[in-house]
Amino acid sequence: MLRRTVEDASTGSDSDYSNSWISWFLSSKGNEYFCEVEEDYILDRFNLTGLNTEVQNYTQALDLITDNLDDDFQEELRGSLDIQARLLYGLIHARWIVTCAWTGQDDKYKKADFGRCPRVLCQGQPLLPIGLTDVPYEKSVKLYCGRCEDIYSPKSSRHGSIDGAYFGTSFPHLLYLVYPSLLPLKSGPTDPTRGAGAVGLVPGAGATVDDPRRRGRAREELVEGSDGLGDTINTAAVALRAERYRPRIFGFQVNEVAKLQRWQEAVRDRQVARLEALEGP
Amino acid sequence: MSRRSQQQAPVDTNQPEVPEDELLSATGEGDEVMEEAEEQEGYTSSTPTSSLTWISWFCSLPGHDYFCEVAEDFIEDDFNLTGLNAMVPFWKEAMEMVLDVEPDEDSAKIPDVSIVEASAELLYGLVHQRYVLTRAGLHAMAEKYEAGVFGSCPRVYCMGCNVVPCGRSDLPGLDTVKLFCPNCNDIYVPASSRFQGVDGAFFGTTFAHLFFQTYRELMPAPFWKHPSSSGSLSPSLSPRSVTGSNSSQQAPFVNPNPHGGQKRAAGKVYVPRIYGFKVSERAKSGPRMQWMRIRPESPEELDEVDWRGRWIDDEEDQYDDGIDGEAEEDRRMEDFDPVRHALSPMPYRGAHILHRITQTMMTTMTTTKRKKKRSRRRLLLEEVDVML
Ligand SMILES: [Zn+2]
Ligand SMILES: [Zn+2]
Repeated sequence: MLRRTVEDASTGSDSDYSNSWISWFLSSKGNEYFCEVEEDYILDRFNLTGLNTEVQNYTQALDLITDNLDDDFQEELRGSLDIQARLLYGLIHARWIVTCAWTGQDDKYKKADFGRCPRVLCQGQPLLPIGLTDVPYEKSVKLYCGRCEDIYSPKSSRHGSIDGAYFGTSFPHLLYLVYPSLLPLKSGPTDPTRGAGAVGLVPGAGATVDDPRRRGRAREELVEGSDGLGDTINTAAVALRAERYRPRIFGFQVNEVAKLQRWQEAVRDRQVARLEALEGP
Repeated sequence: MSRRSQQQAPVDTNQPEVPEDELLSATGEGDEVMEEAEEQEGYTSSTPTSSLTWISWFCSLPGHDYFCEVAEDFIEDDFNLTGLNAMVPFWKEAMEMVLDVEPDEDSAKIPDVSIVEASAELLYGLVHQRYVLTRAGLHAMAEKYEAGVFGSCPRVYCMGCNVVPCGRSDLPGLDTVKLFCPNCNDIYVPASSRFQGVDGAFFGTTFAHLFFQTYRELMPAPFWKHPSSSGSLSPSLSPRSVTGSNSSQQAPFVNPNPHGGQKRAAGKVYVPRIYGFKVSERAKSGPRMQWMRIRPESPEELDEVDWRGRWIDDEEDQYDDGIDGEAEEDRRMEDFDPVRHALSPMPYRGAHILHRITQTMMTTMTTTKRKKKRSRRRLLLEEVDVML
């Protein structure tokens, strides 16, 4: 019954009402980028530190998210509470995704649920959502490509209006920092087994484990494991493999663009030399 | 056979057919396609109705938004068509169709009119490839460009720079149309699936670049200086103040190279950050691709690299500078700093996560076995310190 009223008050997109606020939220149109935050994570107050100052009616909003809101909560306040609940869920979501615990859930990255890089030479590299700021209500969500390391606007305006703070500025970079084996190749067709495989390596890490501590341990093991694997990855010179588009007029390079591209490649070569010097012989 | 059916797959290749559900995918574009297709229902015969020429009809089809209307006298001039008749089957009939000429009696030999329609499309596309390289064609495309018909670059820091269609090949049947952005000099897949059936050769490899050579005021210059970084290491401005009042006070832009782009570039480069701290290039996952997007601050700097792509006064020890201090280009890329600026209420935010990451990094580092890695490990530790 509660679910009903909330739906009516909001977008009312999906009529099949589900049993929890979170699954309702996730199934609403436009919310495809969000993943499911495990209830244990939300119920651990430590994870929510500081959010009470950012969300009005924090307690009720939290109750709504966790389906604990009193049935006698005033009807007329439901609409505004729903907005606060979305904000709260978004901010919790931003913290949750960097724990990388979502890798055990159905892998939205592998399935390219966030879309693919529009850059032709990235050959359909799956994207990851990213914010340009961690403060809510400032910038909409963008998409990060691990291959060209650049950010793009979502194709659909439906996603263009999602708050970027609900994903945060750090998420893709933390993911690749912790799991270097996930780093996309710089050339050739996007390899679906790469990355996907690495996430798949996470036995137990993602499986919905009840004890968060156990999950934590599993994750550490994975990190060690992927470091062993990652250790063999030398990324110092990967940029040399990246393909570039070269503008041509009747087959001849365009002077000024060619000059810029030469300069950019000289900058690249200098970085490669610098990184190789760091790696040692 | 109706026009509707041929418009679905003008490219005669093994381009994957757009699945029905993708056309209808919630972007809203699918619905548009359907509606427009409905409107075209009337023109099913090979001779479009009275006022509408075949060419305007063709250009009005959904997915044909990028085409301009080729002047009929251009098509009638045999010189412009040199070599094309070998590439287009049923040449004569296709010409008649494109030019709305009543077909001869002997064209009854053609088994199926849809074959001629496919030929007419190919013919028009190939003529279009040549026409857009002429003064009139460039002009027609410029009008579409200014009207935003081709859309804008999806890359965030190109700041909505308009793009032009381009092909990756001049031969038909090889690849679909792409979009070229003059700001990042890169090519993109059109956002809407309705262009997935349009042959890139109908725009060709040269047009996009000849276009920006012709309209230099539309072409961003190869150098860029951050409006606020006038030599000093002043703290960066918020993105809003940069795009806002600040830019209006700037002096008019001049590129000393008269043959170069005369528009001020959108030169910001994305800098990955974790909790406001730049991801170090020393990390395995550190930035490797910023070179592809950065511009020198001044045009003179372009001359510091010779034609072979080598630095003209390069000293070996410049590399070492880069290790300790920051390399020049790193500093240049630092100027735009939305995150650090916006993160003022951060300290508590994700502090626990940070703690975990730090632990993770420690674990990572203690399991690193190779001795040679020592220096890098030390550097990582330094970063951890910064993060804490
Ligand atoms: Zn990319
Ligand atoms: Zn661009």
